[in-house]
Amino acid sequence: MNISINGIEKKIENDLFVSGLITELKLTGKFAIEINGEIVPRSCYLETILKENDQIEIVSAVGGG
Amino acid sequence: MDNLKIGSRQFRSRLIVGSGKYKSLEETASATKASGAEIITFAIRRMNIGQSNIEPNILDYIDPNRYTLLPNTAGCYDAASAVRTCLLAQELLDGHNFVKLEVIGDQKTLFPDVRETIIAAEELLKRDFEVLAYTTDDPIIAKNLEEIGCVAVMPLASPIGSGLGIQNEFTIKTIIENAQVPIIVDAGLGTASDASEAMEFGCDAVLVNSAIAKAKKPILMAEAMAAATRAGRLAYLAGRMEKKYNAEPSSPIEGTID
Repeated sequence: MNISINGIEKKIENDLFVSGLITELKLTGKFAIEINGEIVPRSCYLETILKENDQIEIVSAVGGG
Repeated sequence: MDNLKIGSRQFRSRLIVGSGKYKSLEETASATKASGAEIITFAIRRMNIGQSNIEPNILDYIDPNRYTLLPNTAGCYDAASAVRTCLLAQELLDGHNFVKLEVIGDQKTLFPDVRETIIAAEELLKRDFEVLAYTTDDPIIAKNLEEIGCVAVMPLASPIGSGLGIQNEFTIKTIIENAQVPIIVDAGLGTASDASEAMEFGCDAVLVNSAIAKAKKPILMAEAMAAATRAGRLAYLAGRMEKKYNAEPSSPIEGTID
């Protein structure tokens, strides 16, 4: 199925949890995830299943003033 | 101790630094250390997915246990996206609620959109954030932001990244006179004397990014900013002498030899 991550379309397998996506993307360090405009708390990564056409934002800290 | 109190927090340093525009994260870390600042601002942006996932992150260089992090909402042009950014920052930093709110009006001036800033501030305050609000040097708006509950008001000295220093000392002074919360001059300070000037006027702190990061020697400028901020604060506390049009000798008039 198709999802969008940070504005880029991506094909993923069905029934993938957020935790699985993180592993697949090899994400490390501190980040925050939002799906369809709602924040997914870190404590819910293991129980949140991705759905077709989910709009996912994964953000992190960058230098700024 | 002459501590800076912002909301529920206390600090010894009155210099707040940004972490943008440096050549490298190593330089960011060194300049931040040299500045003696305890509060560091940074931005929230999309992660680079699928390319280089092991690229270094600023939080590997700015230790959250050592510094108070102040996520900003730079790049937000409306209240909704600013609130959204703060919520993401809160999740990113495990419940952190200390934020620098800035809602920008346009790309040319980067002036704050004060109407959207107030809407965002009200929403964030309802959600128990401690909001430090970046705004224009307008005394009425500054007071308004204080009255709705912002823990600090951050009027600009001049446009972001311009290095023009304080362009309207009278409005900055009026904002300080009226305020019951810390006033932090943010944006536009270009060099050490600009920071001193702001502190001499009675600002509670200054926020500096470009003046340090874009100096030829950022680490040296960070030190200069630290010294200038402290010098300005001490001069403010000491109370400057009155200005006069004519000279007044420093040595006694009596007892001069014929």
